[in-house]
Amino acid sequence: MPQNSEPIGPPRVITATKQAATAALVALGLFILLIGMRTDQGPAGALVITARPGALAAIVAAVFVGSLLRGLLWPHLTAALRHIVPPSTGAKATALHPYFAPALLAFAVLVPVLFYRNSYALNLATLIATYTMLGFGLNIVVGLAGLLDLGYVAFYAVGAYSYALLAHYYGLSFWLCLPLAGILAAFAGLLLGFPVLRLRGDYLAIVTLGFGEIIRLILLNWQDFTGGPNGVFAPHPTFFGLPFTDTSNGFAATFGLTFAPAQRAVFLYYLILALALATNWVTLRLRRLPIGRAWEALREDEIACRALGINTTTTKLTAFAMGAMFGGLAGAFFATRQGFISPESFTFAESAFVLAIVVLGGMGSQLGVTIAATVMLSGFELFREFEQYRMLVFGAAMVAVMIYRPRGLVSTRTPSVFIHERKPVPAAIVQNARTEGRT
Amino acid sequence: MEYFVQQLINGITLGSIYGLIAIGYTMVYGIIGMINFAHGDIFMVGAFTALIAFLVLVAFGVTAVPLALFLVLLISMALTALYGWTVERIAYRPLRHSFRLAPLISAIGMSIVLQNYVQVAQGARVKPLPPLIRGGYTLFAGNDFTVRLSNIQIIVVIATLVLMACFSYLVTRTRLGRNMRACEQDLKMAALVGIDVDRTISLTFVIGAALAAVAGLMFLLYYGVIDFFVGFLAGVKAFTAAVLGGIGSLPGAMLGGILIGLIETMWSAYFSIEYKDVAAFSILIIVLIFLPTGILGRPEVEKV
Repeated sequence: MPQNSEPIGPPRVITATKQAATAALVALGLFILLIGMRTDQGPAGALVITARPGALAAIVAAVFVGSLLRGLLWPHLTAALRHIVPPSTGAKATALHPYFAPALLAFAVLVPVLFYRNSYALNLATLIATYTMLGFGLNIVVGLAGLLDLGYVAFYAVGAYSYALLAHYYGLSFWLCLPLAGILAAFAGLLLGFPVLRLRGDYLAIVTLGFGEIIRLILLNWQDFTGGPNGVFAPHPTFFGLPFTDTSNGFAATFGLTFAPAQRAVFLYYLILALALATNWVTLRLRRLPIGRAWEALREDEIACRALGINTTTTKLTAFAMGAMFGGLAGAFFATRQGFISPESFTFAESAFVLAIVVLGGMGSQLGVTIAATVMLSGFELFREFEQYRMLVFGAAMVAVMIYRPRGLVSTRTPSVFIHERKPVPAAIVQNARTEGRT
Repeated sequence: MEYFVQQLINGITLGSIYGLIAIGYTMVYGIIGMINFAHGDIFMVGAFTALIAFLVLVAFGVTAVPLALFLVLLISMALTALYGWTVERIAYRPLRHSFRLAPLISAIGMSIVLQNYVQVAQGARVKPLPPLIRGGYTLFAGNDFTVRLSNIQIIVVIATLVLMACFSYLVTRTRLGRNMRACEQDLKMAALVGIDVDRTISLTFVIGAALAAVAGLMFLLYYGVIDFFVGFLAGVKAFTAAVLGGIGSLPGAMLGGILIGLIETMWSAYFSIEYKDVAAFSILIIVLIFLPTGILGRPEVEKV
């Protein structure tokens, strides 16, 4: 049915009302037991149910009204949107990039100066930078090489436990452990990469999920070595050997400063910022190397890749190892920041969260990942009192983004290879190429 | 020996439940070639629906256990099927022509939504249900171990067999089944010869969800305790079963389910109970790598 011309048949009000009534009926069926009734453990231990007709009525009414409005206003709304935001805006928006990205970077560098007294904001910024780095790492695997990895948190865990356990058993310092954590995680990436070389698409995703869970279960059950569910302590970082303590050999005393707890927070922030920027820089450079081009070719079409003589084995393995290495570095940072880690921090939900950052940000887009991490984590903080709803919202956001903007928020692609000048490719072209290639 | 027989019985019971869930995976994969990642959570929703329906029936004075269970079965099958239909309609249908990974990512999103929806609506604590079906038979008693076959185990296995029979009939003998098989072979061609593809796919999800609801009820009765997270592990294991049996093959799903159930039980009984999930995941990986077509599956030919 064409959307802009009035269809022949009953007027739109009637069809919209009918649709809304159907939707409300379906909603009633969906929610009558799970929302309309609530089970709780009674005093005797047995379950007691309480009816919640109010909540049920509210949600069914909301579905009805929402569906009705959508039915009545949707054609007008899309037309209006097209009027306000012409389809070519996508390409124009990226014209902001040259100013936007450096501005963001300058702000990121200035965060500790602006929020020196505000440890809450500084912690949030550190958290955002950590997830941005994880997003960058996963972006290599998912965004560039097109290998859907559902067990990315495994490498994060390997990095974190490498540092914590090396420090615990051998007393190694953070600065020695950081590269080791990266290397060990990269080996874990290879370990995962080898068996899954022949798999593609959905099967690959499920195997990586299994891998992630196996790592977590081993960490959980190997009590003698990892401390099991009790976790393990990881020492706080030092400023190249100088601890952030109020002692004569501490960081503050050495540089003639007065001791302040915020010094450690600032140091941690700059540390993760430097790591994230390094990840970003390496990724951007790699994209221009033959290996980076091979990754992107692999993402678009594996068979064509082979036909062109690209060695898919090494291409996939390097993607896994690279992504894993950055995950491992982020993990070591996470361990030293928290001071304590346990397998609880490395569940599938964490993998899904990092994946959501990459997907929402626009697979393959570094700026998109940064924006997505910032928006999601700040959003979580803003709606802290609705904490139980936040996973609900972000699951729904994943579905919505796949439906309305499958290429993510920043959907234009800056080509890695170009003639004369670098022109962003509008999302529509990328999208069309995808769907046409698929039949 | 007695110990082994007991584990065999337990494994087959567990495997029947996995098999019922696996059918949902295998059918959807067969027709539209996607892993319905949210199917495990549909199973969880089925178990919760059954639990609440049972409590509501008791509150209305339906205390005869067989009647209550029969009604619970019908209610939870109907309502869970509605969930299956809605999930397909909202999250998968608009993506049918999107890029390769889009439906899977959308399915992961849907799985997160369902889990957290149930957590918000019903709370995060585990929901215990006292055993409704008691009793059983002592098959034979050894020196220090008696082999028991409980009534609930008999019910689980018989219900699975009956459902499998109905379902096989549906797929091989009815018009809907013929449409489903046509869609499985070639969606575009099926549409050209006048099959309503959208409707067939919807019904596939509906049937898969209804079977998952039965599995949910069985799980609830067998273990007597559920929480909002049971769908994840059960889903992964059922998917493993579907792949092990050969994805797209219905007898394969059942066979795979029983095998996974047996492996898990035997592993817990003879090796270590802590690592039973590691065993399940390892089997998943090993099967996908060395036997991607499964035991009864057809090799997939890749076309450009």
